[in-house]
Amino acid sequence: MSTRSATPPAPAPTPAPTPVPAPESPAAERRARVRRWRASWRRHDTRAAYLFISPWIFGFVVLTAGPMIASLVLSFTNYDGIGPTKGVGMENYRQLFEDPQVATSLMNTLLFSAMRVPLSMALALALAMLLLRVGRAAGFFRTVFYLPVMTPSVAVGILFLLLFNGNMGLINNVLGFFGVSGPSWTTDGTWVKPGLVLTTLWALGGTVVIYLAALRNVPQDLYEAAELDGASRWKAFRHVTLPQISGALFFTLIVNTIASLQTFTEAYTAFFGTSNAQTYSHEAALFYVVYLFQQAFQFMHMGYASALSWLLFLVILVITIIQVKVSKRFVYYEGDTR
Amino acid sequence: MTGLTTLPPGGSEQAADDAATTAVRPPRHGARKRPGILGRPLRLLALTGASVIFIYPFLWLISASLKPSERVFDNELIPDTWQFENYTRIWDEVQLLTWLGNSAAVTLAAATAVTISSSVVAFGFAYFRFPGRNALFGLVIATMMLPAVVTMVPQYLIWNWLHLASSQIPLWAPNLFGSAFYIFLLRQFFLGLPRELFEAARLDGASYWAMFWRIAVPLCRPALVVTFVFEVQAAWTDLVRPLIYLRDPDLYTVPRGLKAVLDQFGEGGEMRWEIVCAASVVVTLPMILVFFLGQRYFVSGIATTGRKG
Repeated sequence: MSTRSATPPAPAPTPAPTPVPAPESPAAERRARVRRWRASWRRHDTRAAYLFISPWIFGFVVLTAGPMIASLVLSFTNYDGIGPTKGVGMENYRQLFEDPQVATSLMNTLLFSAMRVPLSMALALALAMLLLRVGRAAGFFRTVFYLPVMTPSVAVGILFLLLFNGNMGLINNVLGFFGVSGPSWTTDGTWVKPGLVLTTLWALGGTVVIYLAALRNVPQDLYEAAELDGASRWKAFRHVTLPQISGALFFTLIVNTIASLQTFTEAYTAFFGTSNAQTYSHEAALFYVVYLFQQAFQFMHMGYASALSWLLFLVILVITIIQVKVSKRFVYYEGDTR
Repeated sequence: MTGLTTLPPGGSEQAADDAATTAVRPPRHGARKRPGILGRPLRLLALTGASVIFIYPFLWLISASLKPSERVFDNELIPDTWQFENYTRIWDEVQLLTWLGNSAAVTLAAATAVTISSSVVAFGFAYFRFPGRNALFGLVIATMMLPAVVTMVPQYLIWNWLHLASSQIPLWAPNLFGSAFYIFLLRQFFLGLPRELFEAARLDGASYWAMFWRIAVPLCRPALVVTFVFEVQAAWTDLVRPLIYLRDPDLYTVPRGLKAVLDQFGEGGEMRWEIVCAASVVVTLPMILVFFLGQRYFVSGIATTGRKG
């Protein structure tokens, strides 16, 4: 490619400008066409292409790459937005390991994700399986399951406060109906995260839709073959369905994990605000991005916040790499044609 | 991966449904088809049960928003006293109308900007074969994985440096440069268009821009609707950026305003749950409307992106 582009734009070897050139052998003709295409179109073609993608290139430099470098540089300073800035070397990173809030928020976030991701995937898969072959009704139910996804996260956080209220909330009333006295979801440290998990599970409709599409793509004859072999429903599920939809499972695993690790709005809405920013009365809901946000935009510790963001980046990177490595063994792409 | 190619580009979800349920299905010969978890009536029952769980919080919220302040936590769905004034009062007590207007303006700007810019960039990646294409597209994909928080602080500093950090501009202006996710999505749709179309247009002397604007855009309208609706939802519900950038309550978007109402309570004010509930209903309703209008495209868009995993 690149060596060819250096050759001068000589006129095409076969000058025939007719739409249908004299056919030699199909392969030779194709090669000749490619050569001509390259020679004649290359110059303005390439320039036009770069013109088309230039908005993204500009945005990438100014809004992504530049800020990443800036963030890395800032993470070695004590920048606070107003006062004099000086380099502090590894001080911010050293502080990360001594700051108890970092450990707390990181553990909270990891625990929350470890509960939420598998639960949401399993429930979404169950709902998607139920939705198969219910005919017209599927559209209705799919809509119902998707609606919570459209609810603004702030409203979800408010709903959490109301429905999970320890004394008067609906959830505990329902539990009470079954003779269970529910915990104080919004104030008891042990129950804050499970409560938030349940709240955010409400919005698993996006995953349901993805699974439904994947399930509909599983070839029918595989099930018939499995049935001929005398496979039970469970075996068919285990050996046909799961491998066939492993691509979708893998995708949602990665995306849901990355999103869960960056949870912010629901927890911030329910537990943090301008007034209680200085106190940590709700340590159980202190998620990593919430803490990062406070450090950056409430305490104006921009340098420290930058270091915090790089730690999160590393955590996400490591978890994603592990997931990719482990999943490689289980993900099956039909024919692997891309 | 493979399933995607069998779909017509931009085909509606219904078309996808039909393709999946009729075309793929072999002639029936009495055998049970897919292994379902339960029989059909039981499935419908289970689905109905699940639906109640999904719908109930909405109904509860609407019901709570119609109750007097001290009865908000009462759990009966039909209030004893219907207090419709809650809805008239929110407009006076908080600047909800201003916030709705701000949200609408920001959302419209964000969605329009991202749809136009992303489709232009996606066409560049889909149609042209140029040196560096694969490396650059790899970078597009890579930026999708980058957590937003890494660039949050420096981006704020840039807007601050431009003296725009307290305006609504940072909420939508970044969308002028495309967004990785939508570029990825739209490129996939553009790739589905037959190349002969463009070659024919070229023979007729069409410019590259005409090929994009006259051929690619009209044929991929469903994908553009998906992009627009996705971004409407993202911009409408965003709280993080308004928290960072908006100081003046006159500029607040609705989520930011709602958070401010909650904060008043945190600062020792009286909690007006009925106001908060009514305002929550008011923010959610436009999204539900958008969802019903764009539903066909919307669901097919999610399913399509999912299959690229």
